[in-house]
Order: sequence, then structure tokens, then C-alpha cells
Amino acid sequence: MELSPPMSTTAPPPAGRARGSGAQDRVRRTPHVPGEAGVWVFILGDLAAFALLFGVWMYYRGKEPALFADSQLEVHRSFGAINTLLLLTSSLFVITAVRAVRAQMRRVAQAAIGFALVCGVGFLLDKVLEWTDLVANGHGPTANNYFLYFFVLTGLHAFHVLIGMGILTALLRLSRKPSLSKGQFAFVEGGACFWHMVDLIWVVLFALLYLMH
Amino acid sequence: MTAELLTLLKNRISLIWLVLIAATLISWWIGTGDAASPQLGTAAVFVVVFIKVRLVGLYFMELRDAPLPLRLLFEGYCLIVCTTLLVMYLATGTG
Repeated sequence: MELSPPMSTTAPPPAGRARGSGAQDRVRRTPHVPGEAGVWVFILGDLAAFALLFGVWMYYRGKEPALFADSQLEVHRSFGAINTLLLLTSSLFVITAVRAVRAQMRRVAQAAIGFALVCGVGFLLDKVLEWTDLVANGHGPTANNYFLYFFVLTGLHAFHVLIGMGILTALLRLSRKPSLSKGQFAFVEGGACFWHMVDLIWVVLFALLYLMH
Repeated sequence: MTAELLTLLKNRISLIWLVLIAATLISWWIGTGDAASPQLGTAAVFVVVFIKVRLVGLYFMELRDAPLPLRLLFEGYCLIVCTTLLVMYLATGTG
């Protein structure tokens, strides 16, 4: 059934929010779950799993604080900071794409998702450069507990980035359609939320792995 | 199309993005060890990080418009994880 809420001028906007750039953010709307409810079970589950991993990191750091502090000096904060800036910027593009879909601006939505994907590629390139540099300098995952957990956490997160890029590619294809079904629009919102979750987890990882003293 | 994109970007969400970028740069500076007290600096970084996490959730994930239970789950997550990490950090001290 092609309800086409976001791409059609006849259907109401998806969640009671007024269309258009300015009014869209000024008008409060009725409560709305972004995406399918099931997506949130997955997102909250993933967030809980990462929270547990943050705790594991803190536990082992507490057992070997000097080792973790010394090892942290070997990682370049710039790699982590640039990745944070890239993911935050990609998130801005993704929410802009969702708003463009709602406002029936298909080309704008495609461009915004394209920019977000470029940020994602930049993130992975930065990550690969960082891993290569660390391993080349004898700081691979087997070097000590700091680097073991560093590679496990950043590796798991990079895997999420890859999945997120796959989802963004699917959103790019969807955004080319002249109209979207209610389910397809829920997928757009849910996929966008998954990408923001990847961003959100990295924000915490950046502090834990690179910034703590 | 560029004009349309810019129109969409002239929005409160872009201001939130600017705040997030500024917070990242401040955290980066604190994390370089220039802060007067490393322990206080790290505690500040944690607080700033979870303010950022909350902003991503409320504005990018649009949870500010979500039903109360979902929003409370997210707010609770931010509060519990931030508090737990802070307590674990303060209990074990600096390296």
C-alpha cells in the first residue's frame, strides 16, 4: 500500500510535525516513535551492550591504571577527534536527509545521504590509517590489555559503521522513489536512528580511549 | 538544489551540531592534559560527553518528540551510564 506520507503532498506529515524547514522545528507534535518500534528494541539493546563494554574497559583500566595511561600516550588523539567530527557531521546530513524526505525534496535527500556516506568512508579510512600506524609501531592488539580492548572496541564500532553505511546506501535508493509507503518511511527514520546510534557510541568511545587521564 | 539544502540547514539542528563540534574541540583540549587537574578534567570530559550523547538522542534521533517511556529510557541510559563511569573512574583514580 503506497501511503507515501513523506513524498506526497496529499498525505499528512509523518508524526504530526509541520512541513517546511522553520515551522518543522517550531511546531511541537504528537508523540512519535522514529522508525518501527522493533528498531528501538535493537538500538536500546545495542546501547546496553556497549554500556557493558564501557564498564569492562573501566574495570580493566582500574586494575592497571599506569599501563593504560602509558599506552594511551601512544595513540594519536587527532585520529579520534577527526573521526568524532566526521561522525557528528554525517549525523547532521542524515537528519537533514530525513527532513528533506518529509519535505519531498528528493534530490536534497540524496545529496545529504551522499555527504553522510562520504563522512563514513572518511571515518573508516582514518581508522585503518590509525590501526596500521599502531601495529607498525608495535602496539597491536597483543601488545597489552589497553591495546587489546582498544582494538576490540574500535573494531566492533567500525563493524557498526560498515552496517550503517549499508543502511545509508539502502536509504539512498529509497530516497530516489517518487513515493514511499508508511513502512518504507519508517525504515528511513529507523535507519537514520541506527546511524545516530553509531555516532553516539563513538562520542563515548572517544572519551574513554583517547581523553581520559 | 544547493539552495534547498542550505535552507534545510538553516535550522536549530545545525546550531546543535555547532554546539557538538565546539564541545568536541573543548574535550579534545582538556584531553591533551592542559587542564589544571587531570582528574577534574576527565570528570568534566565525561559530563560534556553525556551532554553530547543526550543532544544527539534528542535532536538527531528526534527523541524529544518520542513518547515519554522511550524518552525516559534514553534519558535514564544517559544518566546511569554517565554516573557509573564517573563512579568507576573516581574509585580507581588517575593513571
